[in-house]
Amino acid sequence: MSRRYLFSPLILLLLLSVFCMVTAITQGSVQLSLGQIFDVLQGQGTSLNQILVWELRVPRILAAFATGGLLAVAGALMQILLRNPLADPYVLGISGGASVAALLAILAGVTGILLSSAAFLGAALSTILVFGLAQGNGRPSPMRLLLTGVVVASGWGAFITLMLALAPPQKIPGMLFWLMGDLSYAHSPWLAWATLLPVCLVLIPLGRSLNVLARGPLQAAALGLNVKQLERFVFVIASLLTAVAVTTAGSIGFVGLVVPHILRLILGNDQRLILPACALAGGCLVTLADTVARTVIAPEQLPVGVITALLGVPTFLFLLRRGRVA
Amino acid sequence: MTLSVADLIIDIPKRSPEPLTFTMQAGQVWGVLGPNGVGKTTLLHTLAGLKMPRKGVLRLNDQDFSCVHRMSLAQQVGIMFQDHQDGFPATVMETALLGRFPHLSPWEMETEQDIKIAQHSIHRLELSSLADRSITQLSGGERQRVALASLLTQNPNIWLVDEPTNHLDLHHQVAVMSLLQEKARETKLVVMSLHDVNVAAHWCSHVILQYPDRPALVGTAESLLTLENLEPLYQQKLVRGEIEGRWVFMPSI
Repeated sequence: MSRRYLFSPLILLLLLSVFCMVTAITQGSVQLSLGQIFDVLQGQGTSLNQILVWELRVPRILAAFATGGLLAVAGALMQILLRNPLADPYVLGISGGASVAALLAILAGVTGILLSSAAFLGAALSTILVFGLAQGNGRPSPMRLLLTGVVVASGWGAFITLMLALAPPQKIPGMLFWLMGDLSYAHSPWLAWATLLPVCLVLIPLGRSLNVLARGPLQAAALGLNVKQLERFVFVIASLLTAVAVTTAGSIGFVGLVVPHILRLILGNDQRLILPACALAGGCLVTLADTVARTVIAPEQLPVGVITALLGVPTFLFLLRRGRVA
Repeated sequence: MTLSVADLIIDIPKRSPEPLTFTMQAGQVWGVLGPNGVGKTTLLHTLAGLKMPRKGVLRLNDQDFSCVHRMSLAQQVGIMFQDHQDGFPATVMETALLGRFPHLSPWEMETEQDIKIAQHSIHRLELSSLADRSITQLSGGERQRVALASLLTQNPNIWLVDEPTNHLDLHHQVAVMSLLQEKARETKLVVMSLHDVNVAAHWCSHVILQYPDRPALVGTAESLLTLENLEPLYQQKLVRGEIEGRWVFMPSI
């Protein structure tokens, strides 16, 4: 468990992240060469390229990366909290709650910051609903929480279908894009980054405690951990991460489930490594997916959630078949 | 070092257990005996500070349990559970290393020294060849030994062990009981719940007999392990014989 064992995978992932982001800047309806980007970074280049890089691509790519990081870390935390590899914000109905609120906002003709606020509120409400219902009388068992989440998620699903069925036709494309995750409205990546970075810093000293918590609450308590306090903290953090991610980019599925899983299959299950690795790998996945989404049929765009699913699902199934099966 | 309880009523749902009073000293090996569901495990969990008693006082070296911080309690009191709830799969080595958790501060990484301690525990429980295996691939007896390796790594002053001989073959039963006896000789206190009266008769210095319907008996193994006490304990007719100078109890069928 030396420091080197932690750092070498993280440095690799960091390099991969830089590579993904640079690639993403070069790609789009207008291709840019590395030289052109270098010019722009130095304050030169055509004004069109300046706008393209600084006002369009960089904010969007930063938002994509942070969203991916947020979702992957939230997924990893929820899996520890529920001691179940199936937990993720999507499965637990948190994204669903955000979606319903956001779609209501779209139907009401609201855009921008109000739409984001609605999504945030929806995520928070759904979280409280799921965990409140699972609580019942006494301690929520992980299985009960998961089942409650799945049921609430399908409830939100029905709501969403109902709204789509009743919505005026001209609003439906916008609603569908939001549902599948859409970064074209993500003009400001700062909220996402301002959440992701401090949370990652806070999680570093908690890594070993989370390792112990992942082994079951009784074992953790026997080893001197204040389980209740830590579980509450993890729950609040995971919900916050999800809410911010959903607020930034809509409801992007599979990232929170697939990224932690793939990393655990490759790197083992030490949270000190897995959590920062999730932030980076989740960022890479969504950045790449968004790049594909906006270039494949450029100038038309695809919802990024479709790409994350198309990339994530086969990778995951492949690794599950040949890796050390959980 | 002492662990003492006074008028302790353990919390078992829908039962009203009799109050317990006893003092355990370092160097002793205690066996908790009783029929299924009488509260042996609950008693161990209560002694570990994991479960609040309904009533009564627990003291560690004359200090009330409620005054001891969770983390420093975990440095002194360790418990091995009866069933090994493993949330996420981990390797044998990672599991053994868990025992170092109460001894490290949040910012510390496990050092070479910690790994050496865990390796030693793994070796002591004859698990070296399995060190890198996932615990999900192990047999029941092997997992039992991994849990003990974890406790050995923790190396607390008070060892609470819930049915240490569960799942173990005869060789490993003896090996594990010898390890616990060795710990008592190093002036640790060992408390274990047991189903096998003969294990208690051979290895324990003291016993607690938990009856479902009358006050528990607490005292030396020699004085309490008699047919008169054990037959009502298990509601079972027993016979006693002598093999190699040791008393052996068998159910009379």
